[in-house]
Amino acid sequence: MSRLSIDFCGVAFKNPVIPASGTFGYGREYEQFYPLSKLGGISVKGTTLNRREGNPGPRVAETPSGMLNSVGLQNGGVKKFLEYEMPNLVTKDTRIIANIAGATVDECAELAAMLEGSAVDLIELNISCPNVKAGGAAFGTDCTIAGQVTRAVKDATSKPLMVKLSPNVTSITDIAKSVEANGADAVSLINTLLGMRIDIKTGRPILKNNVGGLSGPAVFPVAVRMVWQVANAVKIPVMGMGGVATWEDAVEIMMAGASAVQVGAAIFNDPYAPIKIIDGLEQYCIDNNIDNISQIVGTVKPW
Amino acid sequence: MYKQGKFIIAEKKAIAKGIFDMTVLCPEIAAETMPGQFAQVAAEGFFLRRPISICEVDKDKGTIRLVFEVRGHGTEKISQLAKGGLVDVIAPLGKGFTVLEKGKKAICIGGGIGTPPMVEIAKQYGENATVISGFRNAQAVILQDDFKSNGNRTILCTDDGTAGLKGFVTDALTSELAKEKPDIIYACGPMMMLKNVTKIAADNGIYCEVSLEQRMACGVGACLVCVCRTVKNGEEFNSHVCKDGPVFDSKEVVFE
Repeated sequence: MSRLSIDFCGVAFKNPVIPASGTFGYGREYEQFYPLSKLGGISVKGTTLNRREGNPGPRVAETPSGMLNSVGLQNGGVKKFLEYEMPNLVTKDTRIIANIAGATVDECAELAAMLEGSAVDLIELNISCPNVKAGGAAFGTDCTIAGQVTRAVKDATSKPLMVKLSPNVTSITDIAKSVEANGADAVSLINTLLGMRIDIKTGRPILKNNVGGLSGPAVFPVAVRMVWQVANAVKIPVMGMGGVATWEDAVEIMMAGASAVQVGAAIFNDPYAPIKIIDGLEQYCIDNNIDNISQIVGTVKPW
Repeated sequence: MYKQGKFIIAEKKAIAKGIFDMTVLCPEIAAETMPGQFAQVAAEGFFLRRPISICEVDKDKGTIRLVFEVRGHGTEKISQLAKGGLVDVIAPLGKGFTVLEKGKKAICIGGGIGTPPMVEIAKQYGENATVISGFRNAQAVILQDDFKSNGNRTILCTDDGTAGLKGFVTDALTSELAKEKPDIIYACGPMMMLKNVTKIAADNGIYCEVSLEQRMACGVGACLVCVCRTVKNGEEFNSHVCKDGPVFDSKEVVFE
């Protein structure tokens, strides 16, 4: 067993570094920079039942140490994912995390059911997209509904189920406990924080959607805090994300309680960010005589 | 193939107020760059890269040339990079212009900072290209000598008539078309200009390609933020400027 290999709710990952949903497409673009087999896995672009056109542009605004996006789950729908993306992804020797987002509870269950029999390793149920009118964060900000949708999806699939949580809530631990009680095998957090920028020359919001999700290093401390709180509140494993840009960030969020790490917006600035993080974690283990990276998970010693 | 790296700045100068001309030594990128493609340039201290069109490629010297306007703090930071220093670039990106076979005639239209990508495409046509450029005034005029050394015929327009013809590039295009119709029209500039060029090209039955601009994040086609409305076979849908473009068949662009 190598220093970086991990078991995450029954799925063996060669390393704990995974590009985050919506930042990496289906890997086709970044494969031009490096082989996808170097990655622990890929969390693919959020997939819906039918094709979605997403929101009108502009869909991006830069912020101090980060960015807002309002893409709105533009994707080709689950059939295209299964017929066009999966046959390519299965040849890449990396774990495939299917990120699914439904507008209704039934739609989420139907999506999960459609992935039965596919080579998807893990389902990531997105109940936290801030850019869609139905489903998304409307599911992820209410304990009861979050629990209901988790249960419906769990009943529809034999695959391990990870639920992606929204940070735009009063108590993320309550949501995490609710999805755990309803069968989630893991949670991933944090999705983006809702934000807004205004062009002071025009008096108009930069995003055509007015508001959007904040990501990048700006949200990292919030992510560390929430991962720490959630990891202490549930028994299921946590996949940590939110502004992770360096291997030091990865170590930090793992110490807070994340068993694995997703890397998102950092890739836009540096396509090699996930690779540099993997290499950095390997060296960190060597330098600190750590046999396996899992040994650092949740080791923060709070005051 | 996309390439990312830090490359030496071989030349850098201002060519008009707030407009900079940077030549970057990056042979592996230069070898693969096609006219109309762009680069994602890192601005130190800023989270997102800035998309900048590639003005010219010298495959022998292994250089690409970036001509850009300071639009905000990020491009200002890039403009402060000095000759001999390093610039962090991802390139070549996007779908460039279609280059027709030798002997075909082209009209290349650049409006303001939409002018730079016309240098490399006009070069492919030499004396068979007419370049129509439009600027606000004489102080804003750039790249006319580059077109002349390409062997291109140039028509210069300014909004206030302080250099060249007084008027818009579309006026010059209309009078050119009355004399002779080219095989292809290329255009880059403000959306209103592109919309009008598209209409004129369609009315004259000439194939036209336009290069679009949008706020970007990844620049490679993964994040889907740089959306533009397009139409094919009567169906409207969202395309992405970074990967489906920046160059589009003008008939496929939905102008608001």
